[in-house]
Amino acid sequence: MQRREAIQKTVLILGGALAGTEVLITACQPNAPTNVAGVIQALNPRLLEEIADVIIPDTPDSPGAKKAKVGDFMKLILQDCYAEEEQKIMAQGLEELEKTCHKEFQSGFIELKPEEKQQTLLKIDREAKDYEKNRQENTPAHYFTLVKRLTTFAYFSSEIGTTKALRYNPIPKRFEGCVPYKAGEKAWA
Amino acid sequence: MESYDAIVIGSGISGGWAAKELCEKGLKTLVLERGRNIEHLKDYPTALKEPWEFEHRNFLPQKVRKANPLISKAAGYNEDTAHFFIQDKDHPYVQEKPFDWIRGYQVGGKSLIWGRACQRWSDFEFTAPARFGYGIDWPIRYNDVAPWYSHVEKFIGVCGNKDGIASMPDGEFLPPLDFNCVEKHLQQKFLEHYKNRYLVQGRWAQLSEPQAIHLEQGRGRCQRRNLCMRGCPYGGYFSSVTSTLPWAHKTGNLSIRPFSVVHSILYDEQKGKASGVRVIDTNTKEVIEYQARIIFVNASALNSNLILLNSISHRFPQGLGNDNGLLGKFIGFHIYRGYINAAVPGFEDQYYYGKNPTEPILANFRNLGKQDTDYLGGFTTFMGAYRPRTEEVGDAVEIGADFKKALSQPAGWRVYMYMQGETMPKESNHVSLSKDQKDQWGIPLLVTSVDYDDNDEKMVKDFLTQGKEMLEKAGCVDVQTYDNKQAPGLDIHEMGGCRMGKDPKTSLLNEWNQLHACNNVFVTDGACMTSTGNQSPSLLYMALTARAANYAVEKLKRNNL
Repeated sequence: MQRREAIQKTVLILGGALAGTEVLITACQPNAPTNVAGVIQALNPRLLEEIADVIIPDTPDSPGAKKAKVGDFMKLILQDCYAEEEQKIMAQGLEELEKTCHKEFQSGFIELKPEEKQQTLLKIDREAKDYEKNRQENTPAHYFTLVKRLTTFAYFSSEIGTTKALRYNPIPKRFEGCVPYKAGEKAWA
Repeated sequence: MESYDAIVIGSGISGGWAAKELCEKGLKTLVLERGRNIEHLKDYPTALKEPWEFEHRNFLPQKVRKANPLISKAAGYNEDTAHFFIQDKDHPYVQEKPFDWIRGYQVGGKSLIWGRACQRWSDFEFTAPARFGYGIDWPIRYNDVAPWYSHVEKFIGVCGNKDGIASMPDGEFLPPLDFNCVEKHLQQKFLEHYKNRYLVQGRWAQLSEPQAIHLEQGRGRCQRRNLCMRGCPYGGYFSSVTSTLPWAHKTGNLSIRPFSVVHSILYDEQKGKASGVRVIDTNTKEVIEYQARIIFVNASALNSNLILLNSISHRFPQGLGNDNGLLGKFIGFHIYRGYINAAVPGFEDQYYYGKNPTEPILANFRNLGKQDTDYLGGFTTFMGAYRPRTEEVGDAVEIGADFKKALSQPAGWRVYMYMQGETMPKESNHVSLSKDQKDQWGIPLLVTSVDYDDNDEKMVKDFLTQGKEMLEKAGCVDVQTYDNKQAPGLDIHEMGGCRMGKDPKTSLLNEWNQLHACNNVFVTDGACMTSTGNQSPSLLYMALTARAANYAVEKLKRNNL
């Protein structure tokens, strides 16, 4: 049985080698819905997209998360694939973010100036990294860790992410086992 | 009543072969398939979709998992392939012990979504039960099957390298897919450190370079997309739908009836032979009977058991051919519980191009000539090296352009291994018919009672220990080993229940896959397996089917059936 894809996933999750998929997959375990679902449903996908665009911005070589239109997809994944715990962390975290923005800049995140957005999220990112470093096993992840993972998944699986930020050839026609790689070259999607 | 020369129950990997061989030899053949029809090209709705065109981009939604806790576990099941798997609710069964019964009900069966690994069994496997005293002896040896392996390999197209390994005999190979540079390195290191541990290029049913016979089937070159399980628009891998069934159709001798679940095989008490089958139309629930001179049972291992157990007559009150009461017993499977993953330092200046639809195989090295472990049987290891996209970056990388750039590049090399281990035939591992529960067509539900044992536990441990040691000796680091404890069945290699053997007292089928007690019925799918071996079984099912079909035709010609 050619189970490489499935197995890589399983192994990496179990080992936590790719924390990116770890959360996403455990998130997809069945769970009882509560009113958290309502909060997620009311989420403005533009908020997710604006956050995502700071995490993965336009760069000279490829458009960023906003141009890749990740907002609606992120919301869909949150709604359809995340477990209640993760939905809850996200809902609370994003609410907290909005509060912070109102306190510091008297407006919501979407309305902030680009440098304010960046400044705000850089700070939260550092907080999240500190939090993760000291996190005990079986305690919830920081919401921004989840935001980054969801952003990454949404962007690199989008058409722009796949074809512009990565190298993509849907019909490779041949397989060459050993091809030289120069530092900085993009990964194959 | 409609009458045919032959009826084939099931259109999957072995049923397709029965149809091809019987039709080519001029027999009017009816293939019965319980699922819907699938036509090559027309019924591959996702084959050419881009990854971002799937609603959840292959991230399974909670409601799918909740509605299908069983089938959503299957290897290969995802948003792009779900249409080739059953839905849990439609096909219940009773688990006395946890058993994941993975099914694909359609014309082509699981041959559309199979793993495609095509190693030949060696005589080590055919003789192991007799030599080490487990189960019963196979009534055949490698030499009995070898010409049929060749016959099948040439037609389906199997890529591979002639490696000259005794435990995994060479076949009729198309050129192999490349090793990548880390796989080449591992191959060398394994041989340096262990004399008999051969890592070889995978033998897979993939048209690496199609030959005239494949072009004649309307199939073309594998495009190295590795999206096989969606159905291949190029015909790059073998399935009944791309190959054997259209080939049989061309003879003018084939009829296929989809939506036809077989209730039972009919037995003529006067003639002492099977006379046909009773079918239920899955849509209308109409009961229809078809007559035939010979019947091939290829419904997939456990469903073949179910049909035979449900074929009750005055002569066979316990199920067709079941004089010894062993029908449904000695169910085997393959152990897939052990996984290993590690990092491979170095090779940063190396990458690959294209998607390899095959993976390297580490041939079994356990208990070959003599028993060298504290358990019986052996295991095949599938493995490979790869360079995933970077997912983890150090804390120093801030969000923004640097983060994006880092994630756009390949990470370091990694290597994975997983096992395919032999299980011991045991009478206690069995299936039976439910006495009180029936499916929507009034057919008794299958009851599964299959479990691991101490031998299996020891083998998993040995695989993990040996795999870790080998990878460490080859210079890999951060070696992680896992036993995922998955239930039997998820391997999708269920076998046995109607085993071949020399003695009618201890087996159901003879050396030609003929029921000892009803010789115009042939069982040539996984149900016939006397032991499970450690090689992938599909190629053997195909070879045994072709062999049995040709034997049946010869006997029919001489009016000996």
